[in-house]
Amino acid sequence: MKDKKKILAGLAVFIAAITFPFWYNMGKAAPAPELELTAKAKAAKVCVMPTAFMKAEHMQLLDVWRHNVVRNGERAFVNAEGKLFNMSLSNTCLDCHSNKAQFCDRCHEYASVRPYCCDCHIDNPKGE
Amino acid sequence: MLELAVRGNKWYWGWMVVLLGVIGAGFGLYLVQLKFGLGITGMSRDVSWGFYIANFTYLVGVAAGGVMVVLPYYLHDYKAYGKITILGEFLAIASIVMCLLFILVDLGQPMRALNVLLYPTPNSVLFYDAIVLNGYLFLNLVIGWNVLEAERNGVHYQSWLKPLIYISIPWAVSIHTVTAYLYCGLPGRHFWLTAVLAPRFLASAFAAGPALLILLCLFIRRFTNFDPGRQQIQTLAKTVAYAICINVFFFLCEVFVAFYSQIPGHTTHLKYLFVGLHGHGALVPWMWGSMILMVIGIVLTVTPATRKNETSLAIACIVIIMGTWIDKGLGMISGGFVPNPMHEVNEYIPTVPEIGITLGVYAIGALVLTVLYKMAVGVKEEVHG
Amino acid sequence: MNNSRRRFLQIAGVSALGLGAKPVLNAFAAGEGEGPDFHLARGEDALDAKQWALVIDTRKLHSSADLEPIIEACHKVHNVPTAIVNKNHEIKWIWEAHYHNAFTDKTNNFLNEEVEHRPFLLLCNHCENPPCVRACPTQATFKRERDGIVLMDFHRCIGCRFCMAACPFGARSFNFRDPRPFIRETNKEFPTRAKGVVEKCNFCAERLAVGKMPACVEASNGALAFGDLYDEHSEVRELLKENYTIRRKQTLGTEPSVYYIV
Repeated sequence: MKDKKKILAGLAVFIAAITFPFWYNMGKAAPAPELELTAKAKAAKVCVMPTAFMKAEHMQLLDVWRHNVVRNGERAFVNAEGKLFNMSLSNTCLDCHSNKAQFCDRCHEYASVRPYCCDCHIDNPKGE
Repeated sequence: MLELAVRGNKWYWGWMVVLLGVIGAGFGLYLVQLKFGLGITGMSRDVSWGFYIANFTYLVGVAAGGVMVVLPYYLHDYKAYGKITILGEFLAIASIVMCLLFILVDLGQPMRALNVLLYPTPNSVLFYDAIVLNGYLFLNLVIGWNVLEAERNGVHYQSWLKPLIYISIPWAVSIHTVTAYLYCGLPGRHFWLTAVLAPRFLASAFAAGPALLILLCLFIRRFTNFDPGRQQIQTLAKTVAYAICINVFFFLCEVFVAFYSQIPGHTTHLKYLFVGLHGHGALVPWMWGSMILMVIGIVLTVTPATRKNETSLAIACIVIIMGTWIDKGLGMISGGFVPNPMHEVNEYIPTVPEIGITLGVYAIGALVLTVLYKMAVGVKEEVHG
Repeated sequence: MNNSRRRFLQIAGVSALGLGAKPVLNAFAAGEGEGPDFHLARGEDALDAKQWALVIDTRKLHSSADLEPIIEACHKVHNVPTAIVNKNHEIKWIWEAHYHNAFTDKTNNFLNEEVEHRPFLLLCNHCENPPCVRACPTQATFKRERDGIVLMDFHRCIGCRFCMAACPFGARSFNFRDPRPFIRETNKEFPTRAKGVVEKCNFCAERLAVGKMPACVEASNGALAFGDLYDEHSEVRELLKENYTIRRKQTLGTEPSVYYIV
C-alpha cells in the first residue's frame, strides 16, 4: 500500500471518534429515572391499562386513542376490567398525572426522546 | 466518474466556495424558519403559496425541458443531439433536486413529509406529483450516469437502458402536466381553472429549459475543451422560438376568453396583474416587463439573422428565461390567489429571509449542476480530446 | 481490483437492503386499533347525523354587535389565537363579512339597503363534496363518514397548504408561527395547535361527542340552527322548507352545508 501511514493514521482517528461516546462515558452511567406520582395517581392505584402495559406501550395506546378520537369520533375507552375512560391525553391521562416535569419528563429525558404532544395538548389542565 | 469533478482550476474552486457560502447562508436562514415558522416569509392567509412554490413550478418546467433534446435523438434519430443529451439530462437532475428542496422548505411540518408516502392518497394530485418528480429524478440519474459511463468506456450503453429512456420521454411531459394539475383542478381559483394551463406550462417549459441549455452550452464551449456544437445550439434555438411563440399565444387566448366574455371571475385576476385592483398593483410593472421580454425573445429567436448570431441568441435566451420566470413564477401564483375567494385584495411580496432561502436552494442546484457538468465535460474531453 | 470492489459494494448494498427490509416491514405491519384487553365505543351522549348542517338566519343578526359573541364563543372554546396583530397571519374559524364578499357571485347593483348593510357570518361550509379533502395528500383533511364533518387531523398535517388553495371559500387558516403566545384565554380542556399546520372550523366535533350543540349555535340566541340535513324532521330541514335560502358559490358543486336565510 502506497499511503500505508496515512491510511492507518486516518483509521485510528476514525475509530477513536466513532467510539467516543463509549469511552468518554465509561463509569458514568446515569441511574434509572425515579418517577413521582401525584396523590391522585397513587389513589387510583392502576392506570387505564395494567402498569406493565403502560410502561411498555403507552405510546401505542395514545396512537390508538388519537386515531379513534380524531378520525372515528369514538371517545369511550373500556378496559378489560370494564372501567370506562374518556380518551383524552389532557383530560384523562394528564388529569391524574398532572406533574409532567416529575413524571413524564423524567423518563423522556433519560431516553432522550422528545415527544411533541405538549406542543398542542395542554399538560396540567386543572392547574393543580 | 466523480473524480472528474474534484479536479479544477482556481475559478472552479472559487465558484464552488461561493456556492457553498450561499448554501450556508440559506441553510442558516432555514434554521430560523424552522424555529419561528413560515411567518418569516411574506405568505399570508390569503396568498398561502409564494416564492418557494413559484420557483418550484418554474423549475419543474426547466426539468421537463430536457426532453426536448432526448426526444429528437432517441425517437427520431436526430444524431446531432447525441452530443448533448447528457447535458439535458443533468440539467433535469439539478432542476428536480431544486424542486424537491423547494417543496421541503415550503412545508409547515417538514419532519412529517414522509406522511405522503405512509398514507398514500390516490385522489390527491400532490401524491402523484411526489411520485412523478422522484421517478423522473431516478430515471435521469440512472440513464444519464450509465450512458455517460458507457461513452467514457467506448462501449454502447446497456440495452436495459433503452426502455427507461423511452419511458422518460412521456414521463417528462407528465411531470409538468401533473404540476399544472395541482392548479387547474381547484374549483375556487378561476385564474388557474383553465384547460390550457397544462399546455401553457409545457410551452413555457420547452422555451425556458432549452434556453437555459443554450446558455450553458455557450458557457461550456467558451470555458472548456468540449464544443457542444453550433448545429445543436441552432436546433435548440428553433425549439425555443416555437415554444415561446406558443406560450405567448396561449396567454393571449386566456386574455381573449377573459375579456371578450367579460366574466368578472376571469377578468379580475388579469386586471390585478396588469393594471392593478382596488389600488393594489405591485406586480403591474413586473407583468408588463415579462410580456415585453417574451416578445423581444420571440423577435430575436424567430428572426433567422438574430437566431444564427450566437450573441443575440444568448440575449434572446436570457430575456426568455427572465420573461417566463416572471410569468410562471410571480404572475401565476399571485394571480391565482389575488383577489381572494371573498374578492378582497391582499398582496404578496417575498421577504428577505424568504429570498435568502430561495437563493440557497438555487445554489444547491447550481452545485449539483456544476459537479455533474464537470463530470460530463471531463468525459467528453477524455474521449474526444 | 476495480471489478471485485464494485461487486463487493453491490453485494453489500443489496444485503443492507435485505437486512433492513424486515424491521421496516414489521414497523408498518404494527396493528392499529386492536387490543385483546380493551374496546372502544362512542360516548353515550354523542350526537349523530348523516350530514351536519347549519342554517344561519341572517335576518336575526342586525349588526356586528350581534356577531361578536358568536365569533368569540367559537374562538375562545377552541383556543384560536385572536391576538395576532399581523393580518397576514390571522387565524379565524368564523368571521364577519359584507354581502358582496360573502356572496361574490350574487351581487346586485341595486341591492336592498338593509341586506347590503347586514353582517354575514362566514365559516367552513363542511361541503358534501369538499375540494380540500380531494386535495390533501395525507388525508390529514378528511370527511368523516359517520357524520359528514370535514375535520383536520393536526397530527398528520404536513403544512403543505394545498387545502388552502383548494378551498373556494377562504375558510382555512395556517399557523405561520407558534399560536400559543397569542391565545387570549386558554381553554384547558381543548388542545391548541402548533406552528405549521392548517386549521378551520370543526363544527365543534368535540362538543357533539358529548351531546352539546356547537359553541356558535349556543351563543347565537336562536339565529343559528344546527341539525341533520338528511333527517326530514330536523330543525334545519324545517327551516329550509319554510324559507328561501342561499349558499356561497353553490355553482361550484361543492355542496356546502351552511345555508343562509336572507
